[in-house]
Amino acid sequence: MEIKWKIGDELKGNVPPGPLDQKWNKYKDKQKLVAPNNKRNVEIIVIGTGLAGGGAAAALGELGYIVKCFTFHDSPRRAHSIAAQGGINAAKNYQNDGDTIYRLFYDTIKGGDYRSRESNVHRLAEASVDIIDHCVATGVPFARDYGGLLENRSFGGVQVKRTFYARGQTGQQLLLATYQSLNRQIAKGTVTMYNRHEMVDLVKIDGEARGVIVRNLLTGKLERYGAHAVVLATGGYGNLYYLSTNAMNSNASAAWKAVKRGAYMANPCYVQIHPTCIPESGEYQSKLTLMSESLRNDGRVWVPWKEDDVQAIRNKSKQPKDIPEDRRDYFLERMYPAFGNLVPRDVAARAIKKVCDEGRGVNATGRAVFLDFEDAIMRYGKSEAHQQGLSNPDKSTIRSLGEKIVEAKYGNLFEMYEKITGVDPYHTPMMIYPAVHYTMGGLWVDYNVQTNIPGLFAIGECNFSDHGANRLGASALMQGLADGFFVIPYTITNYLADKIKVPKADINHPAFEEAEKSTRERFEKLLSIQGNQSIESLHRKLGKIMWNLAGISRTAENLSKAVEEIRALRKEFWEDVYVPGSMDEYNPELEKANRVADFLELGELLATDAFHRNESCGGHYREEFKTEEGEPLRMDDEFAYIAAWEWPNTNEEPILHKEDLNFEVVKPTTRSYK
Amino acid sequence: MKLTLKIWRQNGANDKGHFKSYDVVANEEMSFLEMLDVLNEELINRKEEPVVFDHDCREGICGACSMVINGKPHGPLRKTTTCQLHMRHFKDGDTIHVEPYRAKAFPVIKDLMVDRTAFDRVIQTGGYISVNTGGAQDANNIPIAQSIAEKSMDAAACIGCGACVAACPNGAAMLFVSAKLNHLNLLPQGEVEKLERTHKMIDRMEKEGFGACSNIGACEVECPKDIQLINIARMNRWYFSSAFAGDQ
Repeated sequence: MEIKWKIGDELKGNVPPGPLDQKWNKYKDKQKLVAPNNKRNVEIIVIGTGLAGGGAAAALGELGYIVKCFTFHDSPRRAHSIAAQGGINAAKNYQNDGDTIYRLFYDTIKGGDYRSRESNVHRLAEASVDIIDHCVATGVPFARDYGGLLENRSFGGVQVKRTFYARGQTGQQLLLATYQSLNRQIAKGTVTMYNRHEMVDLVKIDGEARGVIVRNLLTGKLERYGAHAVVLATGGYGNLYYLSTNAMNSNASAAWKAVKRGAYMANPCYVQIHPTCIPESGEYQSKLTLMSESLRNDGRVWVPWKEDDVQAIRNKSKQPKDIPEDRRDYFLERMYPAFGNLVPRDVAARAIKKVCDEGRGVNATGRAVFLDFEDAIMRYGKSEAHQQGLSNPDKSTIRSLGEKIVEAKYGNLFEMYEKITGVDPYHTPMMIYPAVHYTMGGLWVDYNVQTNIPGLFAIGECNFSDHGANRLGASALMQGLADGFFVIPYTITNYLADKIKVPKADINHPAFEEAEKSTRERFEKLLSIQGNQSIESLHRKLGKIMWNLAGISRTAENLSKAVEEIRALRKEFWEDVYVPGSMDEYNPELEKANRVADFLELGELLATDAFHRNESCGGHYREEFKTEEGEPLRMDDEFAYIAAWEWPNTNEEPILHKEDLNFEVVKPTTRSYK
Repeated sequence: MKLTLKIWRQNGANDKGHFKSYDVVANEEMSFLEMLDVLNEELINRKEEPVVFDHDCREGICGACSMVINGKPHGPLRKTTTCQLHMRHFKDGDTIHVEPYRAKAFPVIKDLMVDRTAFDRVIQTGGYISVNTGGAQDANNIPIAQSIAEKSMDAAACIGCGACVAACPNGAAMLFVSAKLNHLNLLPQGEVEKLERTHKMIDRMEKEGFGACSNIGACEVECPKDIQLINIARMNRWYFSSAFAGDQ
């Protein structure tokens, strides 16, 4: 099937002039301000309470604006930022190992495969320093060394130690600190918090964002809220794939409602797939759990060479340890001898998919490979026996010594794995498989983190701006906090300075009437279909299309097939979905139906974007565009731009607006892992 | 595995509520919530009303999932949230009772879902450090002994799920409140507001209808994040020392 789109006007990023490292300071020098007495009359709506949204609501409340903050959770403390494990990057150079703001900026641009806007990334690197100071001041118990100073560790894609962490719960600690700052403002009355309220439409008056329609999830009632500006901090769209490491309720609906009201969605095809997650165990699987990348330091990835061994493992007539060395394929070591098991995420994910596609996956679903610690346990055990001066220790002594070392390094991860799978990874290799876990694409924003709709801002994972085509580890938390605490308080003030004489939005304005009416009709329509398929089963079908045809590895043929299948599924959905209950009550199935209906449109746009981008870059890998060694091949002459999509109406051709990427400081080169 | 579920169904806070029996076929690889997903899918296919329960991350960190399984908050496994509890810990033919948290301060909203916003209101009275954005000094200016930072982190690991309240025969929130107080009061940054914070949060806790502590310790046993009773002891020390000194 042919995929069509139109070309629209070019976009400008509204990047301030001047040298890269002075842009943000100069912006702050020159920006317009709002006096304290006027702030008390200006209203701001913030949707979402993760690091970005919670941070923005808290910081804007501190400034004295009237803030209304919404979350669909029962409490702002549940936002999915909480699940981030590894850490947060900052160019503090506490380790004296040569880190600078420029180096963090450069690593992020390169890690993003040269598909992000230089000025935004540099500002992010500048803000990273303030973030750590702020977090410590608000009580984040980061890891410390024996001298009481902050500890750092290293993460993928960089050569310095700049990652701050709080055990394996960095996201939790940062979110709780943000939540607490937010609660301080709620107590003061500067922020009004609306729990269990979901944004279901954006309201525009005279082309500007002036409010939202939200559904009170407990009563089911639609409510109207007006403001001088609206900030979306609603996270990514990973759950489009049904199975992902996202939380069950994470969704793209607030952002997609903005798109339906004219906002542009940028680079939706940039999706990060993490190679080491616990695989699906059956059709009932609801979500996937990440196993830290650090495990690949010591684990060896393999599958059997032979079909009969694969079958024997699947039907459990053989254990992995029964397969002799010469019948094992350590495929990462074979395919990438230089990096072995420690190849970057996207490379590992593709290789794992390849061997499973060959029919060599090792679990019942055929979608898993082994991550084996046997060699590491024995190696550490021998070394430990040597250090203890044991002569001729037997194998079981060596093994138990080795297990202790491995436990000290990865004990909590092994425990989590055992809890979920019931298998003891000290004695039986782990099974892992790649899964979707972050989306670099999102609402298009300019330097002000403002969308193309005046007064509508997007921050955190919800926007597209900082990670290009691939995000580096420990950078998502950095961006959420930077946008929320340190960017939007300035840029939104610059916008609001012109609005101080504008009266509060009138929620009886026809635009509010229309938005509420169309939302009500949509929900009534969903409830009236009374078909035969559950929302969950339709979402699962969509996820399979996305994963199989627009996942780790993509082709033009598969992508056009994806568009065709999504359209058919969308039709099926609107004819045959069954939504129980009614609108005016607590009805989680109706919430899901609304979200899945939006995914059924966003999925088509993602596939269209992936189809149009005739190159491979970062998380977007097109089979047709690779080097002779199979590495991703970027086409800078044709595609060094941000693809911002307008979605005028479902069933109409989307319109592509390009914003050229001008690299003034960094020169794009090939990312090589050889 | 074939299971019989006795699930508490309650249509709103004013409904009396009752146990209803359901048969479900599960397998050992499923999480407890996935088993409930399977049940709900069947109920939806039979056009019956699905069972309502709170859940989100399903990784044991967001604190959304709750429910009491066979009399224990988060079920039979120690240091494990409901979402991380897997069906291999049950046997074919088992009958499992599933009910909501029962505590005065956590009214039932529907079925297994309760209102835990009382926790938010307790935090709002002082569960923070009063600094605004932008004014912080360099993060390394105040060294914090590693042992202190670790103790603070032990307490900060609380996920706010409310299992401690559900486990307590008095419906007390001492473990939750003390976890937040220890997280902040132990750090030099939180020291400044220590006594005021302690008093305000305890006062609010009482106003919200949480019960008193009678040193039973069920909260610690049922806590999925292993928050220890020592936090309550420290909280009491802060509370009483300032009260006797007339500081508050």
